[in-house]
Amino acid sequence: MVAFIVKRVIQACIVMVIVSCIAFAVKYSFGDPTRDMLGMSASAEARAELRTQLGLDKPVFEQWIVFVGNVLRGNLGDSYFYREPAMDVILSRLPATVELVCMATLIIVCVAIPAGVYVACNPSSLISKTIMLISMLGVSIPVFLTSMFLIYVFSIQLNLFPSFGRGEPVEILGFWTTNFTTFSNFLHILLPSLALSSIMFPLFVRITRSDMKEALTSEYVRYAQAKGLSRKRIVWRHAFRNTLLPLVTIGGVQVGTMVAFTILTESVFQWQGLGYMFIEAVSRADTGLLVAYLLFTSFIFVTINTLVDIIYTFIDPTITIKGN
Amino acid sequence: MKLLEVKELSIAFGKPEGNHLTAVDAISFSVDKGERLGIVGESGAGKSITGFSILNLLAKPGFIAGGNIFFKGRDLTKLSEDEMRTIRGNEISMIFQDPMVTLNPVLTIGEQIIEVILAHKDVSYDVARTMAIDALRKVYIPSPEQRLQQYPHEFSGGMRQRIIIAIALVTSPQLIIADEPTTALDVTIQAEIMQLLLHLCEVEKMSLILVTHDLGVVSQVTQQIAVMYAGTIVEMGATESIVLNPSHPYTKGLLNSLPEKADKKTGRLHQISGTMPSLAEIPKGCPFYDRCGVREDICKKKRPLLEKYNDVLMACFVR
Repeated sequence: MVAFIVKRVIQACIVMVIVSCIAFAVKYSFGDPTRDMLGMSASAEARAELRTQLGLDKPVFEQWIVFVGNVLRGNLGDSYFYREPAMDVILSRLPATVELVCMATLIIVCVAIPAGVYVACNPSSLISKTIMLISMLGVSIPVFLTSMFLIYVFSIQLNLFPSFGRGEPVEILGFWTTNFTTFSNFLHILLPSLALSSIMFPLFVRITRSDMKEALTSEYVRYAQAKGLSRKRIVWRHAFRNTLLPLVTIGGVQVGTMVAFTILTESVFQWQGLGYMFIEAVSRADTGLLVAYLLFTSFIFVTINTLVDIIYTFIDPTITIKGN
Repeated sequence: MKLLEVKELSIAFGKPEGNHLTAVDAISFSVDKGERLGIVGESGAGKSITGFSILNLLAKPGFIAGGNIFFKGRDLTKLSEDEMRTIRGNEISMIFQDPMVTLNPVLTIGEQIIEVILAHKDVSYDVARTMAIDALRKVYIPSPEQRLQQYPHEFSGGMRQRIIIAIALVTSPQLIIADEPTTALDVTIQAEIMQLLLHLCEVEKMSLILVTHDLGVVSQVTQQIAVMYAGTIVEMGATESIVLNPSHPYTKGLLNSLPEKADKKTGRLHQISGTMPSLAEIPKGCPFYDRCGVREDICKKKRPLLEKYNDVLMACFVR
């Protein structure tokens, strides 16, 4: 068990070193931040001065060492646009994205997974066919179209939800801004999270359905029936318990992928999160912030994947043995 | 009244009102209290689905196409799913073929034993746990208290089959249906498991239906044998009569194929030439006609019925 965890953590570290090299390469070679910061008309001396100030005139290797050293100390460099540490910019936007992804995940866990179980148990019912049709549509329509459709129907026509922004998020614990404390803020988060979950919803319905179907035709489920257990127990304790394994692995990775999809959703809904920040940074050629974003999201990805692997050992008792 | 009485049971695959193939054709047999019956036949003869049909556990698209299954006087084919559930695992238990895939890999052994007790008996969890420990002890699982917390992959195949026997016994059923319980096991373990099953059936005075293709196993364990071929019973009677003095040409052929009957000079094994007809091509006459060494014209035209012959029942015109 411990050996397994240590192995996974070392693997994660190797991935992060590679990411740092890529991030540094990006930082070193793309765009000229001095031009964006000082404007086209600035003198060559002023630019050179700023270069020295930012450390852009030193040899590549030296810059890389300084870069990694800073990253390890939590300093991801400065945003050229905001003129403040990129980490601070990211942290101020982080709660918005985290809450959005959490809400979307919650929708998936509470709706998509039970729907998949239902479809597997009643494959020929009308409700099942409707669920499969909707999930097919969800996977074929791009997330920005879904977003606009949701805005059109629920904000403009029905006037039920606000169409953009976070409302007035409340600051709690001194560092976190949340949408979950007031009802009007909660209304703000519903549409974006629905749009974000739409892209993963069909996938989860399908994974759950196919794994449940497989489990329901397995010998141990037939045996559970021969033991005279209730349908509820057979479905949830015997069959569903076995589908949790693939769901956690794929699910964990997909939650990571959702962070990437926030770029589209947040742009449409003007949601002031990391994705929106990323788009802004691209249009401003804010390489410092982009590199910091790259490092930060990679770190989140790698951490989630490693955690998923470790959680896996708790769900599947046979994995622990191999780990030893 | 017999404990179990199967009358004219037919099983088919397909749509009840549309195309379907008959896999088991109007078979009848019965099991007395404490009696052990062996159902023997080669693969595809319909013996396993006969076992599953008693508990109404046929995998789709299989269904019971006709006949009755009386258990203690109640017709199991007429019971609702909820009523059936109170019989499964409680009054009639099953032992499956492959212990490596029968137990749920992600649930502890303890949970898998205790759940069947809690599903059928009105006892507390602690009592159920004690019953589970006793059941494991009866099948000679060492230190059962610790073993309850372990998962199936921590046990060998033979041990898993013993756990499955323990699960079958823990509710004190009157009848156990064992579907090829030793086929998936090592030869060395087979005899051990069979002995254990026989011993427990005798001690607990339980009836047993043993479905197998292994005549050797059946002859040691059961009192009655039904030989199945292509969905019908071709010979049925006391184990001794059938093993020592087989009447039906198919039974003769089966017994003659045992390794100990091999040709003394060449060491070659005897075999019944040909294969069993597929479900779609079962002939109108005797299903064994094509492979039979003593066939006559009438065998092709008419299906022989199971009738008394000496001290057994046999379905054959050639007497």
